[in-house]
Amino acid sequence: MGAPGLHAYLVLAALVFAIGLFGVLTRRNAIGILLGIELMLNAVNINLVAFARFNADLVGLVFTLFTIPITVAEVGVGLAIIIAIFRARKTIEADHLNLLRG
Amino acid sequence: MALAAFLLIAAVALVSALGLILKRNAVHGALFLVVNLGSIAALYLMLGAEFLAAAQVIIYAGAIMVLFVFAIMVLIPGKEETGPDPRRSYRLLAAPLGALLLFELAVALAARRGAPGAATAPAGSVEAIGRLLFTDFLFPFELTSVLLLAAMVGVLLLARRRA
Repeated sequence: MGAPGLHAYLVLAALVFAIGLFGVLTRRNAIGILLGIELMLNAVNINLVAFARFNADLVGLVFTLFTIPITVAEVGVGLAIIIAIFRARKTIEADHLNLLRG
Repeated sequence: MALAAFLLIAAVALVSALGLILKRNAVHGALFLVVNLGSIAALYLMLGAEFLAAAQVIIYAGAIMVLFVFAIMVLIPGKEETGPDPRRSYRLLAAPLGALLLFELAVALAARRGAPGAATAPAGSVEAIGRLLFTDFLFPFELTSVLLLAAMVGVLLLARRRA
């Protein structure tokens, strides 16, 4: 019963990432898809911080500090696009948004 | 002890992630995401990244969740709440549980006042991260501000109502 090692964090991050990916692929609601993407990005952050800790290298933490604002920009633009789509099409169900389907 | 804490936090993170995916209600999904992000912040604390944990709580659980809940509120109108309260028993339970929590907090605070003041923790990684951010990574740091500005202008353009 010691402290959890690197592999524990990696397994947890992989599980969270897989759950997020499942959500992105199965949710019909566009906002649900964005929520799933948030889960996946956070799983990546867990990996970065865990590697930074176990390699005693601070660069991983700095990298995480860069991914957080990028996530913020992604959410902001994504929600703005969803609102614009809702104004134009009166729906945010991903199955109904097939304008670009060949 | 550390392993038990890790397992508990990991369980909370996984259950909240599953709840996010399996609940069809978008508001419930957003609230599960708050729980998930909070547990990940706790993981950051375990990994010794105090600054990142604080940033996680402030940015994700604060700013991003407000954005999500606001968008859900605008886009997915809920049903009007009328008729008898369906969760009356829960609400009756809430007051004694809240009082219990307050009591617990008071006991914890009182115990802490009696204990000798713990030595302040070393500066942690905040100073080191800041030094790294403003020396080696200054250019990416400035680029991030440009990215945020571009995102802000883009969002304003997208959200503008066509006259």
